[in-house]
Amino acid sequence: MYRYDQYDHTMLAERVAQFRDQTRRYLDGKLSEAEFLPLRLQNGLYVQRLAPMLRVAVPYGLLSSAQLRKLAHIARHYDKGYGHLTTRQNIQFNWPELVDAPDILAELAEAEMHAIQTSGNCIRNVTTDHFAGAAADEIEDARPWCEIIRQWSSFHPEFAYLPRKFKIAVCGTPADQAATQVHDIGVYLVRGDDGETRFRILAGGGLGRTPVIGQMIFEQVEKPHLLSALEAIMRVYNREGRRDNKYKARIKILVRETGADQFREKVHREWGRIRDSAMMLTKAEIRRCQSFFSGPDHVQRLNGSDALEDPLRKDAEFALWHRRNVRAHKQPGYAIVTVSLKQTGVAPGDISDRQMDFLADLAERYSFGEARISHKQNIILADVEQRRLHALWRELAAESLATPALGLLTDIICCPGGDFCALANAKSIPLAEEIQRNFRDSAKLEEIGDLSLNISGCMNACGHHHVGNIGILGVDKKGEEFYQVSLGGSSARQASLGKILGPAFAREEVPGVLHILVNVYKAERDPGEAFLDTYRRIGHEPFKQAVYADHH
Amino acid sequence: MPIIIDQKAILRQDRWTLLREASGPEVLQAAPGRNFIAPLDFYLQYRSLLDEYPGGKGVWLDSNETPEAIASDLESLAIIALNFPVFRDGRPFSNARELREHYRYGGEIRAIGDVLRDQLFYMARCGFDSFALRHDQNPEDCLAAFRDFSTGYQASIDEPMPLFRRRHDQRQA
Repeated sequence: MYRYDQYDHTMLAERVAQFRDQTRRYLDGKLSEAEFLPLRLQNGLYVQRLAPMLRVAVPYGLLSSAQLRKLAHIARHYDKGYGHLTTRQNIQFNWPELVDAPDILAELAEAEMHAIQTSGNCIRNVTTDHFAGAAADEIEDARPWCEIIRQWSSFHPEFAYLPRKFKIAVCGTPADQAATQVHDIGVYLVRGDDGETRFRILAGGGLGRTPVIGQMIFEQVEKPHLLSALEAIMRVYNREGRRDNKYKARIKILVRETGADQFREKVHREWGRIRDSAMMLTKAEIRRCQSFFSGPDHVQRLNGSDALEDPLRKDAEFALWHRRNVRAHKQPGYAIVTVSLKQTGVAPGDISDRQMDFLADLAERYSFGEARISHKQNIILADVEQRRLHALWRELAAESLATPALGLLTDIICCPGGDFCALANAKSIPLAEEIQRNFRDSAKLEEIGDLSLNISGCMNACGHHHVGNIGILGVDKKGEEFYQVSLGGSSARQASLGKILGPAFAREEVPGVLHILVNVYKAERDPGEAFLDTYRRIGHEPFKQAVYADHH
Repeated sequence: MPIIIDQKAILRQDRWTLLREASGPEVLQAAPGRNFIAPLDFYLQYRSLLDEYPGGKGVWLDSNETPEAIASDLESLAIIALNFPVFRDGRPFSNARELREHYRYGGEIRAIGDVLRDQLFYMARCGFDSFALRHDQNPEDCLAAFRDFSTGYQASIDEPMPLFRRRHDQRQA
């Protein structure tokens, strides 16, 4: 992974000192609430329902064992012993004290970590497919490009006071597990006719109140021009994005109101002015960034999936976990392992200090000292030797971290909801737990197969409900919590936004509704057909009729 | 009169009078011997009157106005002020960069309006070189702001080479 040099270290130390001074001035009453607000947000500090929340950046989801241990330490000493993985591959702590924040940031800096630009109206942490660099079918490793974008966007002097927050995702895999098309900017690595990798750049995607799929702005940008293309989009947005209404300030509204064609024209005009400037990437810089992400030395360690066949035959639980949570690696002899943080009874994405230490250990012993956070709120060990999978599974199972749920209905994406968040209309965590209790049987779950279920506690959509095959949105009806169900969303390459099923349900009704939806699917599916494909084939009506016929 | 920081020092005497509002040319008589920074509309209408001032002329752009409006006059403008109606309005950052990088404007670019200590560093990186501080700002504190960071990743007006090029040069050396 990327390692800091003296420049990165210096800037981070200066940032910590800067925020320490800002916090002191705020606490002394020399900086008003309104003036401190964007400063603390751009250092990751929110004020939540119960306490401030600190969101720590995990650039494109990648962590070293040492960093995981540092996060465990923060959870233990400054929080209540746990953290929460977010849908943007970050980790947040729900209980720190504002006065401690500068110290926490100083501790993070020791491990080359920070909370910079994890919040506020600036360019946020760049995200990618959590299998980047390991996926068997990827076009090119997206992580070096993420790092190039991370550096360009960090402390960018022109874009620290945008009309609204700004999220960029980069994706080099055909499957697209980065929800690329629903980002303010989505960058796809594509192969040109000449075999060279280029960038296809979308803008104006997003979830929230107004879910939109991004529009293509650049069809094929050559590698040296990545940053100028991004900067051109940012400049048009910074200038022309609406600042009169917070709910209309995202770039998706600008693209829609301007019209995609005219927006594209403005961006390309700006691009023409800055394309050949000093920000043109050099071959040396691209090589330098790529050198940090060379995969582990796989070749000599080969020798055998033989060791795997025996336990797969004999141990049904291991076999189930292997089918669900292990994916093909581009290097023969290796596999990508997903550690599910969706065990029933724990809020999806919550992880304790002990688990962080434990996974740091496992990462060190099984996966070259690295782990990743997925936007689906799980942890990935991306480079595990196949012959050691059984041993790894046994260790995970002993700590209840081997839930074989990846991609199944209980692998729920869920925001913190009304238990923590001041914006929420409804609780989301207790609903997720009820659903998990209702679908306990792992054989039945596997029989249902791939099905994404996403829950948001309000229309800000942190739980990505618009792009769940089944999406659930918490709504407030005269002070009572209700849940609106939508169907057919997907954040993959063939992205689509869910369609609302009908009137909302009380919380206790939701598991029953899910059973009906699943039964319709099972009755209608062709052999081997996933829920989303059946839905796309037979449409909305059969589901709607079944649910409301039974219900009213 | 606001305290002005110019070239990272507190300015003793400022020859510029900022005309926040100006409807007709009679306003120029009110402060004889001064040089004026005029609002854009006024400037476009009465710029010939301003040409007669030996100390030069200036114009200010609000955050919703762009340098394009004065593109043909840039060589004759000694100062362009960019207004921050509120400190978190980020548009003047883009205007400053465009003036410096695209139009190669070499005169003074002054930040006016809601100009606070914690935005000064980024303003300087975007090409502002003078700053009319909001009345409650501590000027000594503000001078320290220019030392918040010793370097940055991006190319900027005060450092035309992005860090990746400087890193590379350093390794070559």
